[in-house]
Parts: sequence; C-alpha cells; structure tokens
Amino acid sequence: MKIETKYLGEVEINDEKIIEFESGIPSFLDEKKFILLPFDETTPFYILQSVTTSQLGFVVVSPFQFFPDYQAKLSDATVAALQIEKEEDVALFLMLTVQEPFTLTTANLQGPVAVNSNKQKGKQIALNDPNYGTKHLLMPQTVTKEG
Amino acid sequence: MLVLSRKINQSIMIGDDIELTVISIEGDQIKLGINAPRSVEIHRKEIFLAIQEENQKAASGSVDLLKQLMGSFSKSEEGK
Repeated sequence: MKIETKYLGEVEINDEKIIEFESGIPSFLDEKKFILLPFDETTPFYILQSVTTSQLGFVVVSPFQFFPDYQAKLSDATVAALQIEKEEDVALFLMLTVQEPFTLTTANLQGPVAVNSNKQKGKQIALNDPNYGTKHLLMPQTVTKEG
Repeated sequence: MLVLSRKINQSIMIGDDIELTVISIEGDQIKLGINAPRSVEIHRKEIFLAIQEENQKAASGSVDLLKQLMGSFSKSEEGK
C-alpha cells in the first residue's frame, strides 16, 4: 500500500514490513504501526515512519557506527513483549533529535527502539544505565574549526 | 492519590504480586525495595519523562532542515 511520509513523500510499502508497537511510543501512545525506511542510499539514517500519521516520523540510526561500545540490556518484560527468541532477531535503533548545525544533533541512548525483525514487533525501551542519557552528541568527533 | 504511612521494613502490596518495601530512610532519601513479576517494567519516573520529552523534540524536526543536513552529511562522508 501507499503511505504519505513526513520526510520521503509518498512511499509504497509492503504490509509485511509494518512493525507493530503494541504500547505505542512514549508521548505517542496511540501510534502502534510504524515502518522503517532508509533515508537514502548514501547515509546511515532511517526514518521510523508512522503508518497512520504522515506527519509523524523519527530519524533513527543504528547505534554501533556512532557509539561502538553501546550496550542495551533488554529486560524480561521487553523480551516477552517483543516475543524475542534469538538475540540475532533484535535490531536496535537510536532516535535522533536533529539540530542545526548537524553537529549539534543528539541521539537518545537512554531510550533505544528495539525491533524484533522476525516478528515485526517494536518497542522503545527505557534503560536504567546511568551512563546513557537522552542527549548524546551524535558526532562529537566531527566538531571542527569550521566558522 | 492514595496515601499510606509506612515505617522501615513495612510494605504495601499492589495487586497480588507487587510488593513495595521501605528499606531505609536517610535524610530526604528513601530506599524502596520492589518485588514484582519480571514482566512488570519498573523505571524511575524521571527517565520515563525524559524519554517522553525527547520523543516530542525528535518528532518536531523539520523536513527542510533534515534534507539540508543530510546533504551536508553525505558530502562530509565523501570527503573522508
């Protein structure tokens, strides 16, 4: 089916790729169906787009390119909610708060999105790790002398 | 809101299987012990609020800004 997206215009999606967020996303509890769309072919970014609300889309990224040591321990409640059987089925994504200039863009390490790609189920989880907050600079190393 | 007074080592039950116990009180800090089924998610409220707030900010990004910035990201990657 075709959906209207926030960032990518009209996109044809495969219904089987729809990810179900049974409990919504904090602040958007009624949003239960999302789809992951690559932003383009040259950047590592994805859009987590609501299937029901065209204006709701999050910019997300896989943590490991930017935060190689990132670790998220999934609680039993998460494992049960996402019906996780194997660790390999789980993909993690970080939500970005895009800022201008782009070097000020932050990633939410405290609330990653976990997706069981085997069951097409997703959930934003809250980590209790004190090292992870909601605003980590995505690219602290690229802050250069520009300007 | 239901308000109950408890002393150290006293508990309250929430439903059949969630038990909150006052472990210690030091100044204005209270340690609570929580016994609950593993399927129940327990978080400090401020973590939950922080995630809610950040989600709203993350969702408010503008399309134009993102496209512009992604353009500059691709270029800077190529330059590496």
